[in-house]
Amino acid sequence: MAQANLSRNERISGWVFIAPALVLLGVFMIYPIIWSLWMSFQVGKGMNFSFGGFTNIIRMTKDPVFIRALTNTLIFLVVQVPIMIFLALVFANALNDPSLRFRALFRTAIFLPCVTSLIAYSTLFKSMFAGDGVINKALLAVHIIAEPIAWFADPFWAKVVIILAITWRWTGYNMVFYLAAMQNIDRSIYEAARIDGVPAWARFRYLTIPMLKPVILFTTVISTIGTLQLFDEVYNFTAGTGGPSDSTLTLSLYIYNLTFKFMPSFGYAATVSWVIVVIVGILSFLQFLVARDRRPAA
Amino acid sequence: MSAVARLRRGLVYVALSLAAFVSIFPFYWMIVGSTNKSADIVVGKATPGFDLFNNVATFFATVDVPRVFWNSTFLAVVGTIVTLLVSSLAGYGFEMFRSRFRERIFALLLLLLSIPFAALMVPLFVLVSQMKLVNTATAVILPGIASIFIVFYFRQATKAFPTELRDAARIDGLKEWQIFVYVYLPVMRSTYAAATIIVFLANWNNYLWPLIVLQTVDNKTVTLVVSALTSAYVPDYGMILVGTVLATLPTLIIFFLLQRQFVEGLTGSVK
Repeated sequence: MAQANLSRNERISGWVFIAPALVLLGVFMIYPIIWSLWMSFQVGKGMNFSFGGFTNIIRMTKDPVFIRALTNTLIFLVVQVPIMIFLALVFANALNDPSLRFRALFRTAIFLPCVTSLIAYSTLFKSMFAGDGVINKALLAVHIIAEPIAWFADPFWAKVVIILAITWRWTGYNMVFYLAAMQNIDRSIYEAARIDGVPAWARFRYLTIPMLKPVILFTTVISTIGTLQLFDEVYNFTAGTGGPSDSTLTLSLYIYNLTFKFMPSFGYAATVSWVIVVIVGILSFLQFLVARDRRPAA
Repeated sequence: MSAVARLRRGLVYVALSLAAFVSIFPFYWMIVGSTNKSADIVVGKATPGFDLFNNVATFFATVDVPRVFWNSTFLAVVGTIVTLLVSSLAGYGFEMFRSRFRERIFALLLLLLSIPFAALMVPLFVLVSQMKLVNTATAVILPGIASIFIVFYFRQATKAFPTELRDAARIDGLKEWQIFVYVYLPVMRSTYAAATIIVFLANWNNYLWPLIVLQTVDNKTVTLVVSALTSAYVPDYGMILVGTVLATLPTLIIFFLLQRQFVEGLTGSVK
């Protein structure tokens, strides 16, 4: 709540403290946003452009590569985020039990992946999933598969590897947020439910999940934004191509290619980038709606 | 404990052990891989070999190691210090001197948080080239200094900063900037520690923006150089894994040194 009567000294200080950040954000955030909005209505190559109205938007609807990138990005989003959030919740729930042994060890182990650099883990996954690599060897040894899977040459499996890689890296990160939130839940609620004979899964479903709703919402929005911006993994797994045959091309990678690989077409790239902004906006809004609707009427 | 409870407990251990194994295995793979020949790595050899020194030698012969590590360290350290300074000042300012207008600005900033970097990357690049900053450390650091996420983080943490301390300092005649430096900074040590890890990791691991801005080999960072090695026609994985070990080491060391503050920072406890 805004405090009313600040002294003259305080009014000035208020601005002085936030001024450096505001100036930098103005130059490196607000200005680029406005520039990019304006740019998305310009057509032309390089720095020679002219007003094109909705030309870029029309071009987008007819651009099969853009449709591919959009579809891929949405597939990554719809498959990966729910799996990761679910796993993170389950692990957090298991680790929240004070009578469990080796809790700190399990927590650190599961959290560790998110400390690695994106490049390090991209490289690791690339070598592990090589044609004759350790993953194929292991799967063959336990007879899950009859012949090696060509992970990076097959459009389906290439997507699978990327989903596995992101899930590996970020599950522990989300788990720590849930663990932190779970520690604030009063344990006596669980005791009461246990004495009333509520089974473990129901305690998880009807006590833990509803109480964690704000954190789940926060992590879902953050993960959604992250997945929609997917770039580093794909760029490194596929040497920047988004292959095989565009099957792992994401919107961010396409924007990068439009700007820095092909003859730069800034206007069109800016238009594609606004698609991400619009999707983030719509999804965040929907996620807030869902979270609000499920709140029990008090 | 009933038989069912014991069985369930057993299953929990199995599931957690499996998760821990899956989480740790790539680290094991990375370290073991750095001791093997590339030919052995791609056929899935998961036991230590004798090629560590060879791989290290190849890595040092291919990559100007001191140079790229200096580049990464410089960018991460300078970037972290300036980001913490500017963003914590703003977080403190927004929380301690509240006015209706500044609250509106803050709300707008939170809205901007959801704008993905992909939307800014093109205009930022044009902006940086107009400022003639392409291929400089300044260009890498500058756009990240005012981090809305860190401003937000510091504002939340400042809510736990006792205003009595500020009032007492005012009565003692300290100016506002002196209160920030001599009272706020020491009290908020653990918040700064957690923010240091978050920002340092983000800077050290940063990939896309440096990839765009840094164009000559002598300016590139560890992540850029190691990543470039993997796109060779026949990547030498033994040498590359040596590179990834070296690139991951600083982040692992920092994580284990400051682990407690990091978890505290994430949980938002600054009491």
